[in-house]
Amino acid sequence: MTDPGRERRLLRGPNFLAALLALVAVFVVVIAGGFDAHAALGAFWRGSVGSSYAFFSVTLVRATPLVLLGLAVALAFRAGVLNIGAEGQLLAGASAAVAVGLSCRAWPGVLLVPSELAAGVAAGAAWSAIAAVLKRRFGVLEVISTLMLNFIAQYGVSYLVRGPMQEPTRVYPYTVQLTDAGRLPPLVGELHVGFVLAVALAIGLWWMLRSTATGYRMRVVGAGAAAAASAGRVRVERVALGAFLASGAVAGLGGAVQATGVTYALYEGISPGYGYTAIAVALLARLHPVGVLGAGVFFGALEAGAAAMQRDAGVPSVFVAVIEALVVLAVLALDRARETAASRTAPTVAPPVAEAG
Amino acid sequence: MSGEALTFFLQASVRSATPLAYAALGELVTERSGVINIGLEGAIIAGAFGALVSAGVGGVAAGFVGAAAAGAAVAAVFALFVVTLRADQIITGMAISMLGLGLTATLYTALYGSGGAALDTPTIGPRALPGLHAIPLLGPALFDQPVGTYALYVLAPLLAWWLYRSQAGLALRAVGEYPEAARGAGISPERVRWWAILFGGAMGGLGGGTLVLAQVGTFTEHMSAGRGFIAIAIVVLGRWKPLGVAAAALLFGAASALQYRSQVMGWSLPYQASLAFPYVLTLVALAGMRGRAVAPAALARRDVADT
Repeated sequence: MTDPGRERRLLRGPNFLAALLALVAVFVVVIAGGFDAHAALGAFWRGSVGSSYAFFSVTLVRATPLVLLGLAVALAFRAGVLNIGAEGQLLAGASAAVAVGLSCRAWPGVLLVPSELAAGVAAGAAWSAIAAVLKRRFGVLEVISTLMLNFIAQYGVSYLVRGPMQEPTRVYPYTVQLTDAGRLPPLVGELHVGFVLAVALAIGLWWMLRSTATGYRMRVVGAGAAAAASAGRVRVERVALGAFLASGAVAGLGGAVQATGVTYALYEGISPGYGYTAIAVALLARLHPVGVLGAGVFFGALEAGAAAMQRDAGVPSVFVAVIEALVVLAVLALDRARETAASRTAPTVAPPVAEAG
Repeated sequence: MSGEALTFFLQASVRSATPLAYAALGELVTERSGVINIGLEGAIIAGAFGALVSAGVGGVAAGFVGAAAAGAAVAAVFALFVVTLRADQIITGMAISMLGLGLTATLYTALYGSGGAALDTPTIGPRALPGLHAIPLLGPALFDQPVGTYALYVLAPLLAWWLYRSQAGLALRAVGEYPEAARGAGISPERVRWWAILFGGAMGGLGGGTLVLAQVGTFTEHMSAGRGFIAIAIVVLGRWKPLGVAAAALLFGAASALQYRSQVMGWSLPYQASLAFPYVLTLVALAGMRGRAVAPAALARRDVADT
């Protein structure tokens, strides 16, 4: 953004309002559905943040992939790249990590886990590189190409777990489990070291965007090609390409972390759409890396609480998807309201395109 | 493949292609107005659910009406954000897909129990067209299908005629290519886009309705299974032209039908390859279109000037 004042406004924007709305929606669902409000909301609280077990072993475990994938989405959107292929990049990363974990099972953990994560990063970047090259060399809209690549990755995983990587009895569509050496070490309860990685990455990306020349270029490119031209010698295509690959790498890391920290194996449903939920996470965070951390934990708590409400009070947990969607729509509507207010005071300002994606 | 197997395969291809063709022809109109609706998936699943509810009350015909209405209702939310509020099309679309999938799953569980009882709806079966269905090979594939499929044989050419030969079709294309110029000519881009999005939603809903009323006979959560996104690929592969889109839908239908055939026939090719093939083809086709402006020029653009 060329106008520092506007960036501050955007980053401080009314996302707490959208989060609050989500909580109100939970309440409305419980009441409107005629459920026992006391039991349901109690279960929601206990299942998400009401105990240290719930917070660390459920909420933060669920939050970890959402934070990593949210960072991937935010990174791309910040540079004006509409990468909606985080889901496919996650699958590529998870597949590569498990492949390395299974084929190098004799290695010690200090060597094996980093290799698995590195393989995930490389595979995620490679998967996004297809879309990046299609965009740069052939002008293919990344929205469409990344969407196609999500499906191709999904069928790729389906093939792997029913073909070359299937468990030896050839009955079940999944791989054998990773050995202990190939798993991310535990942190607290069920929570694994992957969460620390996610936190570190969020802070690192925040610093990068804020204080480095690369971060500056990304923000300028995200603000639009015209801004990039007027800011001097910023090579728009090159910066966008870099952001695209970095976004894929982070999503691939997310897949590798999920495979080595939670599932310990590859199977078709390894991601229940983290890559899509991540768009809501990134948007609620207004594309701010540290905000993504908060939004990811918020969504993790929401999902953990909803699962507990289903278990203890019979409230269907699928309504979380509705709430996630409403959060996105609320953010968009609030953005629009703010833009209208801004254009009333300064009618010449062009509509900000990059921040909202 | 033996003749009988081939006939069976072609028939299954047309059957799989039918819901895709409805959704893709609708999305084609939406995209021609310069709007890409990634929320189509939400319209399809809403259509499926609407078909279940309204067919239970008023039979198959009411089911299709309910399907179209539900799809259009979901699309109306999309239009409100994208056209009226000028929100980002892609992000809104993703949210609308999530909304449709989540809302139908929640309502289904709430209305029919947590297990989601397998409800049967009245369905329409294939009705062979006298004479035509006796054509060797193609006859049974094309002319022994439910009525909804036959409607497409009329609809696709009609849409092509409408798009290129009618005043309204010209207005639609003008808005998709150059909304400012269209406005200069006295056309309201907002109005055109609202209608194009509603039409796309209703067609998506009919696609979902076809799944329930002419194929599966019941509703299951997430039964749209990504068909909304497939339809977007079909529009691209069909080069934003009605007849091309119909042909591309058939190709995706064939790829989906092929997975069962290759399993039966013990081909060495993994069935996932046939499922992934249309997506790869779409990417290749897109790359090959480089430099030739086939996509509507204003597609996914957010900043239509007011004057």
